Amino acid sequence: MSFPWAQHYAPKHPLMQWVDSRLPLPRFVYNAIGGGYPVPRNLNYFWNFGIMAGAALMIQIVTGIVLAMHYAANGAVAFDSVESIMRDVNAGWFLRYAHANGASMFLAVVYIHIFRGLYYGSYKAPREMVWLLGVVIFLLLMATAFMGYVLPWGQMSFWGAQVITGFFSAIPGIGETIRIWLLGGYAPDNAALNRFFSLHYLLPFVILGVIILHIWALHIPGSGNPTGVEVKAEQDTVPFHPYYTAKDGFGLGVFLIVFAALLFFAPNYLGHADNYIPANPLSTPAHIVPEWYFWPFYAILRAFTVDFIIPAKLWGVLAMFGSILLLFFLPWLDRSPVRSANFRPMYRTLFWVLVADVLVLGFCGGAPAEPAYIIASQIAAAYYFLHFLVLVPIVSALERPRPLPNSITEAVLEGKSGSRMRETAVTGAPAAAE
Amino acid sequence: MISSLFRLALRNLNILIGLAFAGVLMLALITTVYGLITEPAAPTAEHEFHREHKPLKLASDGPFGQFDRQQLQRGFQVYKEVCAACHSLRLVAFRNLEDLGYNEAEVKAIATQWAIQQPSINPETGETATRANIPSDRFPLAFANDVAARAANNNAIPPDLSLITKAREGGAAYIYSLLTGYQNQPAELVHEFPGAKTPEGLHYNPYFPNLNIAMPPPLTSNDQVTYQDGTRATIDQMAKDVSAFLVWTAEPNLETRHQAGLATILFLLIFTLLTFGAYRNIWRGVKH
Repeated sequence: MSFPWAQHYAPKHPLMQWVDSRLPLPRFVYNAIGGGYPVPRNLNYFWNFGIMAGAALMIQIVTGIVLAMHYAANGAVAFDSVESIMRDVNAGWFLRYAHANGASMFLAVVYIHIFRGLYYGSYKAPREMVWLLGVVIFLLLMATAFMGYVLPWGQMSFWGAQVITGFFSAIPGIGETIRIWLLGGYAPDNAALNRFFSLHYLLPFVILGVIILHIWALHIPGSGNPTGVEVKAEQDTVPFHPYYTAKDGFGLGVFLIVFAALLFFAPNYLGHADNYIPANPLSTPAHIVPEWYFWPFYAILRAFTVDFIIPAKLWGVLAMFGSILLLFFLPWLDRSPVRSANFRPMYRTLFWVLVADVLVLGFCGGAPAEPAYIIASQIAAAYYFLHFLVLVPIVSALERPRPLPNSITEAVLEGKSGSRMRETAVTGAPAAAE
Repeated sequence: MISSLFRLALRNLNILIGLAFAGVLMLALITTVYGLITEPAAPTAEHEFHREHKPLKLASDGPFGQFDRQQLQRGFQVYKEVCAACHSLRLVAFRNLEDLGYNEAEVKAIATQWAIQQPSINPETGETATRANIPSDRFPLAFANDVAARAANNNAIPPDLSLITKAREGGAAYIYSLLTGYQNQPAELVHEFPGAKTPEGLHYNPYFPNLNIAMPPPLTSNDQVTYQDGTRATIDQMAKDVSAFLVWTAEPNLETRHQAGLATILFLLIFTLLTFGAYRNIWRGVKH
């Protein structure tokens, strides 16, 4: 579906006409990311991160496929095969560092993409399905990243696998059986490494499939925008191409500069030194920490230190998975019909507190398990759940939103469309003054 | 009555779940704080006497860093004459030494004269044997296996050094600090923590995470090695040189990476500038 004023694909070249009448693939692309997709004219730079995530996935797939040509998924040689990629394969160091840091870049832009959605209410009707598919992608992405980190078979790979699969043993009764079944043994070993490699190769293509659904679902109502007001007329939109292809091209350039700076000048900055020590089941690292993008969830896991009715470990595992799964319910937890936080003063405060809260959780998750960090993560984890399950539903019922503009174009003409970040923070008078 | 209460609970299930998680966390918080008050964490010798590594500046540091080949050769000499007796370099091949500025003949000589030979088999009988190293060989292991390593080193395994500067927090600076950090155990440590006295056979080193390292001080006197380039071989100099050498063993492609990085960033800057121009050009006249 599209808006009635969307441009129609009309190939001029006879070859394209020939192709289009037999396989309308060019038409499909034109309507998806070409001139045939009208997009609100007031999108700000936060709308660039979806494309960046797509680009990051493609980079991961391309580098990953080449790495898989040189990698050996066998516990005895996996570590050395990675080092052989680093030392003996032509530009192997580039491929491996690009892939390892590419994962961090991918997760970083996905986090910004998610928080963009939280701020601008992108999860609300009629875009719930876009959001739900997004959460599915996020879950698949986390699984893929985890299994990828196991493959170099260093100390953190091994002990990370030990800890993560250990979650399943928290399930009462059958947990240990499930853990052994998942690992193919009593501890991570060759069987585990092999299946992780197999799944690590498979899941990116599943992610690709779900991304197609994500974009398909997005194209039904069309893109949201910083005002949260739906498109009403042709003057509210511009064609995706060339307007947003140009803007995304610029965004992509900035993304690649940051990526290249990390890859070429600090390729091990985000990694952990222990993963350059070959896996050793007999020696436990002093601090087992996951990659930075799991730190907030790791902090939630470790925050539960008390057996209350059920064991503390089970609370931690439930809370950790719950902290992501609750995002599936967000479109129905937030009942406010107003999408953009620019017009929701109370929600906007809550949003920024949540951002700070997740940063605190992330910091605590990467820190050693000392009482001060545990206490901070207990408070921050409690707030995380209260935010989504209690505060957002209550605020959405109580809050008096600021008056919305009548249309995107009106907001643009008044300079209040939110397309510039500076305006975003100061739109409208304070709620009390209305 | 009960059914309407049940329905109310069901309608506000999210709030109940949120309060349940928050409640358990508050319970955990109280327990943690209570535990902290009743049983405050006892100070440990590691906590009070462990020292952060000393700063170390190397030519390879920073985005423009390149190796100082003279220093790498000196570092290799220290490795060969001091470290190699116990520490392997299993991921590095003799041929890689050409990167340090040695020519083919020199590399061949280093390989053939290496103290430890390459494991092999007798071509006639098939029995295990050894042969001289050739440039395409990786450095032979210092010990045939972990059991032999433990037996010869007071039950400790000397770690392989190929990746050591990437496998330790602090990298080369940590290696440098460790090599120059040996000292007598401070009297106040033993006074404060009588149980933490350095055990027999271990050596006190405040840069080592648990303060007591199995490795005896490897660099004990100035001029322990004789540098061919005339540099005075002080303990500090030897420690610096071997740390620089171990940066190279861990990251032999560092120079290529830095050069490629500069070229890539330069290209991307131009690319991004052009896309920014295209973006501004296309959007000119469109208020947004």
